[in-house]
Amino acid sequence: MSFEYAPAPESRTVVSIKAKYGHFIGGKFVAGNKHFPTINPATEEVLSQIALAGKAEVDAAVKAARKAYTTTWSKMSGRERGKYLFRIARIMQERSREFAVLETLDNGKPIRESRDTDIPLAAAHFFYHAGWADKLEYAGLGTVTKAHGVAGQIIPWNFPLLMLAWKVAPALAAGNTVVLKPAESTSLTALLFAEVCQQAELPAGVVNIVTGDGSTGALIVNHPGIDKIAFTGSTEVGKLIARAVAPTSKSVTLELGGKAANIVFEDAAIDEAVEGIVNGIFFNQGHVCCAGSRLLLQENIAEEVLEKLKVRMAKIRVGDPMDKNTDLGAINSKEQLNKITELTATGDSEGAQRWSAPCELPGKGFWFAPTIFIGVTQTHRIAREEIFGPVLSVLTFRTPQEAIDKANNTPFGLSAGIWSDKGSKILWASSQLRAGVIWANTFNKFDPTSPFGGYKESGWGREGGRHGLSAYLKGASHE
Amino acid sequence: MSNRIDVKKTYKLYINGVFPRTESGRTYEVKNAKGDFIANPCLASRKDLKDAVVAARAAQPGWNKATAYNKGQILYRIAEMLEGRSAQFVDEICAVTGVTKTAAVKEVNESVDRLVWYAGWSDKISSLTGALNPVAGPYYNFTIPESMGVIAAIAPESPSLLGLIDAISPIIVGGNTVVVLASNKAPLSAMSFAEVLATSDVPAGVINILTGKKEEIAPWMASHMDIDGFDISGLNKKMHTDIKVAGAENLKRIYSFKAAEPGRILAFLENKTVWHPIGI
Repeated sequence: MSFEYAPAPESRTVVSIKAKYGHFIGGKFVAGNKHFPTINPATEEVLSQIALAGKAEVDAAVKAARKAYTTTWSKMSGRERGKYLFRIARIMQERSREFAVLETLDNGKPIRESRDTDIPLAAAHFFYHAGWADKLEYAGLGTVTKAHGVAGQIIPWNFPLLMLAWKVAPALAAGNTVVLKPAESTSLTALLFAEVCQQAELPAGVVNIVTGDGSTGALIVNHPGIDKIAFTGSTEVGKLIARAVAPTSKSVTLELGGKAANIVFEDAAIDEAVEGIVNGIFFNQGHVCCAGSRLLLQENIAEEVLEKLKVRMAKIRVGDPMDKNTDLGAINSKEQLNKITELTATGDSEGAQRWSAPCELPGKGFWFAPTIFIGVTQTHRIAREEIFGPVLSVLTFRTPQEAIDKANNTPFGLSAGIWSDKGSKILWASSQLRAGVIWANTFNKFDPTSPFGGYKESGWGREGGRHGLSAYLKGASHE
Repeated sequence: MSNRIDVKKTYKLYINGVFPRTESGRTYEVKNAKGDFIANPCLASRKDLKDAVVAARAAQPGWNKATAYNKGQILYRIAEMLEGRSAQFVDEICAVTGVTKTAAVKEVNESVDRLVWYAGWSDKISSLTGALNPVAGPYYNFTIPESMGVIAAIAPESPSLLGLIDAISPIIVGGNTVVVLASNKAPLSAMSFAEVLATSDVPAGVINILTGKKEEIAPWMASHMDIDGFDISGLNKKMHTDIKVAGAENLKRIYSFKAAEPGRILAFLENKTVWHPIGI
């Protein structure tokens, strides 16, 4: 017997979306020249027209940020700066429902996640970093601390407002001013954040937001008036940025791709592990750089885990992201859906066995059913490349050492999961895994106090905690 | 004075705890300040670098596993061995660079003291830079620095011994292994230092020393896919851009430093954050 869920749609009346948006430069919204549409990926409805920033707009934003840095922000005491950040955190909390609905409409993620994860965490990031602003002298290792100046920040579409918070909050707390570019397909919450800056009476030019595509991002990266680049996105673009800044003295942090192993040992609590596997790969449609996209099962429990996993996956509710019951929302864009479709096709052609949860997908919009591949080997593309979708590759191992060897057999090193009831084994495995974030008997947990970032080709530097803050200070780290 | 002919030393490379000649068969002349011939050290090749990286990679897990106390003691042991042979280093530095004996003594003494300073960092860096993070939930959450892997380094032209020690020590103290290119004009103290290392309980492969041309070796180090980080302090600034562009292929961590400072150790450490639920 199964229970049907009555629809429980969140109301969208709380947001008012303008027909067209400009850029936020020097404390004001300025009209854009060219525009492109932003759509709701769950319905393909055009939500608004977003401005495409070219050289003139990026120049103006950098100029405004520089002026704000030299005339206001760098002269203000940390205590006063911090109070602006506290204000921003509070206004974000006050307007959290509005942010959540807007994020879900523009991104396609379930309202349950934007409401309970993205927006509260974004506000928490501002609250946490607000308290750092007047304590910077304690953030380093006995070295003098000073802001870089103007930070250019480029963020992805998977957690639009949360990634903005990860970038803007530490930058401002450390005393930098910023030019931020949200992702092409998810600009709306960043533009709403600009309104928050106005309500908080943040001095003009401290935060500047220019919208656009990769060409706008390149203008920011290459701009001579920018002192620090912070980027979250693909490893491919991360390498382009590393090459582009090589001749300059720009400081860079990169949060890039991942292909995390989620390792289930034979002594794990199986039901909890199954929940963790589901959370690890299906949270946010798998659009997560640290997603547990490679499941490593100890051979003697593999069958049992897979059986339970399939039962659990069949209960994932896929559909309208605005429905409060929805677990898995829309794929963010047609391009991303094509990429997932293409990569999973190689899973079939290279000999892995596909199983998808039986679910009905909406007729309009971009959708992909929760899927696992069994019988995956380490050479398969679906075991090596980041799929960035709700697709799990399952591999097996016999000994703990084999699990570690397989987990580390990747150029990435962002995160990893361990499931075991044995403390010493967890600590051993966490010390052996070459990844920046290890979740043991949990997965996909984030907190502003907790440093996040990758080893190897997953990036440079950390975000969150004291370690993340130091990336926005000269002298707290090495040149 | 006796008519005895002295026995001169053949300067070779130091890879995996032994002293091989360069596989390339190439050498170059080192002369003293007056222009007289002193020695024919190896002109290391790309293959020598590859061999050194293989050795460094193989040695890394074992060295990383050594306790901080043990690593500190081994660094201190290097200082002990260097102190005992300081006269030889003073002579070598004087002969090659032409500096006064006072200056050479100062450099060697400073080298010994610098090693002792780094030795002491071994069991302190984690407590100073690690963190217990107060996350908003029932989780035990900590961040600790961890070794990065295999790090390459270009030692400065001078001071040839102290510069080499500043290149090597901060890299290995955190559990990394190193492949370092010594001063080109004054490589002799580097190779004699390898003899100190060989008698200092430093496991084979943890420190590998090459001699040769920076312009040749540095780009190979930059593009080597099994090198995780690169200290280019000893490299001409003009080469930095090309090195960083080549290093981007595997997102190598590439830095240069001006002084001996804790940041030099931290630069080649990764921070690892671990989460675990708290509950019954």
